[in-house]
This record gives sequence, structure tokens and C-alpha cells, in this order.
Amino acid sequence: MDRDRSRLNRLNRLSRLSLRPAPLLWGTAVAVPLGFLAVFFAWPVAALVVRGFVPDGVLDLTGFAEVLSSPRTWRLVWLTLTQAVLGTAFSVLLGLPLAYLLYRRSFPGRVLVRGLVTVPFVLPAVVVGVAFRTLFAPGGALGFLGLEESLAGIVVALVFFNVSVVVRTVGGLWERLDPRTEQAAASLGAGPARVFRTVTLPSLAPAIASAASVVFLFCATAFGVVLVLGGVRYGTIETEIWTRTTQFLDLRSASVLSILQLVVISGALAVSARARRRREAALRLVSAHGSARRLSWRSPKDLTMALVGAAIVGGLMVLPLAGLVTRSFREPDGSWGPGNYVALGTTGERNALVVTVWEATATSLRTALAATVISLVVGGLVALVVSRRPRSVGARRAVGALDGLFMLPLGVSAVTVGFGFLITMDQPVLGVDLRTSGLLVPVAQAVVAVPLVVRTVLPVLRAIDPRLREVAAVLGSGPGRVLRTVDLPIALRSVGLATGFAFAVSLGEFGATSFLARPDGATLPVVIYRLIGRPGAENYGMALAASVVLAALTATVMMVAERLRDERAGGEF
Amino acid sequence: MLRLSGAHAGTIQAGPAAGALSVALLLAGCGGSGSGGSGSDGSGAGAGDPAASGTVTLVTHDSWALDEKVVERFEEESGLTVEVSAAGDAGTLVNQLVLTKDAPLGDAVFGIDNTFASRALEAGVVEEYTPADLPDGVEQLGGALTPIDQGDVCVNADEAWFEKSDLEVPKTLEDLADPQYRDLLVVSNPATSSPGLAFLLATVGAFGEDGFEDYWTSLVDNGVKVADSWEDAYYVDFSGADEGGERPLVLSYATSPAFTVSEDGSESTTSALLETCFRQVEYAGVLAGSDNPEGAQAFVDFLLGEDAQAALPESMYMYPADPATELPADWEKFAPQAEAPFEVAPAEVSEHRDEWIERWTETVVG
Repeated sequence: MDRDRSRLNRLNRLSRLSLRPAPLLWGTAVAVPLGFLAVFFAWPVAALVVRGFVPDGVLDLTGFAEVLSSPRTWRLVWLTLTQAVLGTAFSVLLGLPLAYLLYRRSFPGRVLVRGLVTVPFVLPAVVVGVAFRTLFAPGGALGFLGLEESLAGIVVALVFFNVSVVVRTVGGLWERLDPRTEQAAASLGAGPARVFRTVTLPSLAPAIASAASVVFLFCATAFGVVLVLGGVRYGTIETEIWTRTTQFLDLRSASVLSILQLVVISGALAVSARARRRREAALRLVSAHGSARRLSWRSPKDLTMALVGAAIVGGLMVLPLAGLVTRSFREPDGSWGPGNYVALGTTGERNALVVTVWEATATSLRTALAATVISLVVGGLVALVVSRRPRSVGARRAVGALDGLFMLPLGVSAVTVGFGFLITMDQPVLGVDLRTSGLLVPVAQAVVAVPLVVRTVLPVLRAIDPRLREVAAVLGSGPGRVLRTVDLPIALRSVGLATGFAFAVSLGEFGATSFLARPDGATLPVVIYRLIGRPGAENYGMALAASVVLAALTATVMMVAERLRDERAGGEF
Repeated sequence: MLRLSGAHAGTIQAGPAAGALSVALLLAGCGGSGSGGSGSDGSGAGAGDPAASGTVTLVTHDSWALDEKVVERFEEESGLTVEVSAAGDAGTLVNQLVLTKDAPLGDAVFGIDNTFASRALEAGVVEEYTPADLPDGVEQLGGALTPIDQGDVCVNADEAWFEKSDLEVPKTLEDLADPQYRDLLVVSNPATSSPGLAFLLATVGAFGEDGFEDYWTSLVDNGVKVADSWEDAYYVDFSGADEGGERPLVLSYATSPAFTVSEDGSESTTSALLETCFRQVEYAGVLAGSDNPEGAQAFVDFLLGEDAQAALPESMYMYPADPATELPADWEKFAPQAEAPFEVAPAEVSEHRDEWIERWTETVVG
């Protein structure tokens, strides 16, 4: 009887040649992330926006007319889009050669450079802002470029922050593209440029689109960099929401601006999702080990790439970072030495802090670990669901919507989420006031890290040839087994990278953390911000030393993630 | 305008206070039998609140850094446990309190300053409480906000730069607009930084509500630079911070020169222009709807008490509100207070702050 049924099932699968949905499994996979997003993102944001429109129990929509008719608003929208588009375009443009160099060519110190490239991504904006302003100021090393208080200056800093997203995401796919397709094209007579345009680029398109949409969101909602480098003349929707909410308590305008931000960002995401969907296809993937060729100094192409890469890394990253590291060794009295690092065991000049910087470092690591676990679970489930292409149009649309939904936290102001928490979490849970307990910190960081996990894992999952799953199903594997034997081993390879990203993003998160962390539970970026905000050469020196520590931690984490991935990738397929 | 309407404060106080009192009594009972000797005799607690016990949650801004030992002494003497929750800068703090009025974030608040005080009072986030022994010269706001400390926001000068350039250090606001000091001053944005706002208020205090824009126009003509934040102005643009900045005049605090004292401790390389100052006063109070109003009251008493007042200069770098408090020896020399800082009434600030910032933005940014 049982055997009959199983045979029937198998026949059934054969005839439909698709995965039979397992309602419980997929139901959970959808419900857990949705619940998470609803409670920790959608609800707080909606609550705050509603508060803006219903100030005294009466619906008041006059804010729309007022804000939308102001020329200032449209200037902000224009600036937001301009800097985000430019920031994204240059990040992709400069990221591609780096991705090639770091993932398709091997050379001594490659792992180190890969780690280094990620460092800017997590540095606190306030430190980066000051570092760049020091370079751009009239007396600074790059003062002659006239970048101070200019759009170009903001874009340079945005690229500095975000180029690693492109390098990592695109590089991760590039190193596992089967080189034989390119070789075949070449042997059929296509020149290198043509091979790149017709074979490589289309294969990389999903990863490029994926990275670009993340970078776009980061650029569009950049806050600290725009304020510090733009001076008073430049502002974006994000900076306006921030000042309207934290300084003026003008929730009426802030709510309108939040909705405007959401519309602008959803629009941009929809465009990119369409581009992405059109490009995504099953790819022939190989082990990362086989694809990278040693960099040859005799090949002119390699030499050019190496020089281009060195120029980008040197000019964009090493210059500001070296300035930061060098300065961190200058002691308050002007001499050189490790004094600022020794001081990290203290609470700063005249007790600027409540905890020592090392204690804050421990807190940061603990919090980031928790946030990483949460974001891997939630993000992993989302990626899994979104990677499927159901046959019904409705289900396909739903999957697409889910994909977009989980990108939104990157596009909404941290201040809106932070203030939203204050009004939605106003009931104690088990006698603990979540708002002041510090328990929400890893959760808030995870909300920001989830989209990165999704964007990192998804291209790899989508690149799995559906026929692999079909074959497994035909051979009698249930849905759980298909996941375990087909999806999981392949996904695990990108999980190393996703872990690194999630960890890095949690380490560097400042916006939401600063609202939710208690003084005795301050994280590294929070203490850096406090140190630099107080007078005293000692505090300033400590802030720089602490930034270097944060940078070193990040680089290490990314290098470890890198190693994990390589080991797992060895062997099969 | 300033007065908190009595009825309003009264209604808030009645309900939760009664409940909290019984909780407090219950807890006091437990403490007496259990953890014997933890100062439950109440002698050390602030006068007039012998029933205080349990946990008191302090909501404050991110510059809170009162010496932990002082807080521990208070905990030992009062039998209370202090938990601290910090929420961004002073403006953010007040706005968060207004938003969470119906479910307060804690019991006591410290760090509402005179530029945001009226907003807090009008929204009714603090309830009326006057410490029993208010020292002479300490004046409350609205019967609910008790001043704890104060500090002056003033233009600072890089003495060495002026000496080298053979130029006299400017003294007054008018001097800053004098062409001989062209391109020398950097200030911070009042929309995004609290010293920036304080300086805008200094100019409103000095030139009046109708005159401050003209003054700023003259500053703009004289090449004033506006940075986004204090740290940005001080560390990037100010020459006196030794970070390669090029401007010898910066908006900072009257106490900043104490941070640039020379090796031998004899003099400071920077000075504050005491005729350009606005005084920031920081207040503490009991949050309306607190679970532990007695504890919060005891905490406010403690902040105004001798121990905390004496610790303020060294740990928070502010002047204690109680004029009788003895100051550290080097303060007279390096961190003197302005004799006649510019003033704007808190109610005026509350009413016009946004409008003044907008007018400033139009004048300076265009």
C-alpha cells in the first residue's frame, strides 16, 4: 500500500517535472521572516508615520501639500537621486576590475587585499567623514582638487564605502563561472572584449544588479557622510528626516518625507528587479579553486588590470585609511607611539565614556554574533523562498514582492525605525522594557543585515540549474531531501560570505544602535562617536585608534569568512 | 507661558503615583528583611523621601558620564538601583520623551537643556517636583525642572595663531564681522548641532529677533564657514586643534581651553571669547507616569546634592548649578564662566526655534 503510494507519487512528480510544494515547510519559510519584518520593521515605521498624520486623533494630510509644494523638497529628492545614482555607477565601474583581479587572478597577499577592501564598509561615517574632510580641506593632501563641500566629494566617499559590496558580490559569482564557456567563445574567434561583452557580462549581470541595488540603497540613505562632507548646502531626504524628527519633532513633515523616500526607493528597486529578472539564468558554476589563474606580470592584459586595481585600491582606500592609521599613532603630546591604543583600556580623558573601549569591543562582538545568527536564519529563509520560480503568475509575483520587501529596511531611515520602536514597544515584555534594555540592538542590526544576506545567497541559489532539483525529485527525494542535498551544499558556499557581511554590517551599524544601546552596553561605533564628539586631544586620539581596531576586526572577520568558504568549496562539482 | 498647568500635571501624577507608592512600600518591606543593612534606614537618601527604593531608571543624553563611584555611593545610601538609558543628543532626548509620554522610558530625566525645556514642559513629560532644600541661587523652571549644571558656548581662539600673525584676538560678536578677521571663523550648523543652535541664540539675544539676520549677513560677508557638527569644526577646520585646520576661531565651549593646556600646565594655547557666549543650562526632573516617582525624586535630590555637584566639573565638564560648590583649582584659570552671557527666555526659544533656524538657513545657506 505504502509502496504503491510512493510509486504513484514518483509518477506524479515525473509527470509534472516540478517540485511539489510542501505546505508546512514553505509556510514556515515564509512566515518566520515575514513575522520578523512585520514586528521589527513594518510596524514601528508605520506607527511613526501614522503618528505624523494623526497628531491629535484627527487625520491631517495637509502636510502633503505643504511639503510637496516646497521647492526645497524637490531639490532634496533630486540630490538624493543624483548622489545615489553617481555613487552606484562609480562603485560598479571601479568594483568590476577589482572583482576580476581579486577573484579571477591569484597573487600573493590576495586574501589580505580582499579583507582590506571591505574595511571602509564598516567604518563609522563620522570617522570617514572627518578623514575625508581632512584630505579635502584647503590645507589637506587633496585640497587642490577642490572637493570640499561638493557633490563630487560626497560621491568619492560613497564609492569608498560601497565598492566592496560590488567586489564581493560580483567576485563571488565570477570566480565560479565556468571558464570553459569563455574559452569556447575565444576559440571560436571572439576577441577578449567581445568575450567579456557577450559571455562574461551577461553571466555576471544578476550579481551586478544585485550589488547595484544594495549600493543604491546605501547611497540613497547615506546620512553621516552627506552631512559631514556636503556641509550645509547639501542635504538628502534622509538628512531632512533626521533633523525633522530628532531636532524639530516635526513628525508631520517627517512622515511625508518618509513616504516620499519609500516611493523613490521602491521605484528604483522595481526598475532594478526587472533588470535582474530578465538576466537571471542558470549558470554553469565550478569550484572556486579551479577558476583563478596566477597573475602573470608578462601578460599585458594582466599588467594593465593589476595597475588599474592598484590605482583604485591605492587612491580610494589606502590613502584615507593610511592617513587614519598614521594619525592614530600620534600621541596627544605630538610624539609618535602606541599611547592612543594603550588608552583604549580607559574610559577616556575626563571620563568621556561609561565603559572602556575594550569593553565596548566585547559588546560589539557579542551583539554582532547575535545579529549575524538572526540575519542568517531570516535572510537564508527569504533567499530560499525567493530563489524558487513557481509556475503560477500570482505565486511568482508574491515571491517577487517578498524579495523587494526585505530590501526596504536599507531604504528607510534608521531614525524612523528607532523612534518607531519607542512607540510600538511601549508594553513591557516579561517585566522588561525592551526600549531601554538594549535587547533590541542585535535585532535592529539584523534588520539591516538581512538584505545583504539575501542578496549574497540568492544569486548563487538562483544559479542552480532547476534540472538538478528535478532530477533529485524524480529519483524520489522529498522536498526536504532536495533542499538538503541540492540547495544546501551549494548555498553553504555563499553562507561564509553572507556571514562575513552580516557580521561586518552589525559591527559598523550606528544609526539604530545609537538609539537603542544603553551607555553601559555601548558598541564600538557608539563609543567612537562619543569620543570624537568631546574635546580633548586624548579623546580624539582614542577615537582614531578605536576606528583602527574596528577596521582590523572587520578585515579579520572577512578573511576568516573567506577561508571558511574556500574550504567548503573544495572538491565536488 | 512657562508655567505648567497645574491641572495637567495633577492628573498625571495621581494614578500611577499611588500605585507606585504601594509597590515601593512592598519592595521596602522585602529589602528590610532580606538584604539587611543595605542602608534601608534611609538616612543617606535625599531628605524628604524616606520611602524610596527599588530601581530608578534614568533617561539621559549620550554625554552622560557622571563618575560611577558617586552613583554607587548614592545606590548604597539610598537602597536604590540606578539604571541608565541614553538616547542621542539633548534634542533627541526631549523628542523621545514627548513621543513616549504615555509609556515613559524611565523614572527620572537628566539633560533637558534650556533650549528644549519649554517643549518638555508644554508636552507634560515631567511632573512637578521641587527638592526640599533648593540651594540659594538655583531657580527651577515650571516647578518641574531642576537645574543641575550649566556651561557656556563661546567662540574659542587659537592664541598662538594670533600671536604669530601679530593680530589682536577679537573680543565681541561685532569683532567677528570686522574685515581684519576675514575668513578666520568656523561655526557649526544650528539645525544639526547643539552648540550651533546655542550660538544662533546668542546672536538672537545680542541683536534681537529682527536684527540677528543682518548680523549673520555680515558674518557671511566676512567669510564665516559653517561645518555640520562641533567635532567637524573643531578637528578639521580649527587651527588650535593641531590637526591641520586653517581657521583660528571656532565655536566651542568656555571649558574647551582646559583641554589644550600646555605640558607644564602653566597656560592654554586656546582661549574662550567670553563676550560671545550663550549659557546652556541642563535640568533634571521626574518623568510623568513613572513607576517609581519617589526613587526619581531621590535621584533629582542626589544630582543637586553636594557629592554629585562636586563631581560634575571633572566628569561631565560642566559647571555645577549650586554656586556654593567648590571648583577645581585650574578652572578659574582655564575655564572661566562668562560674566554676562546672552540670554533668550526658554519659552521664546520653544516658540521660535524652528522659525529662527529656517531664517538662519535662508540667510546663510541661501
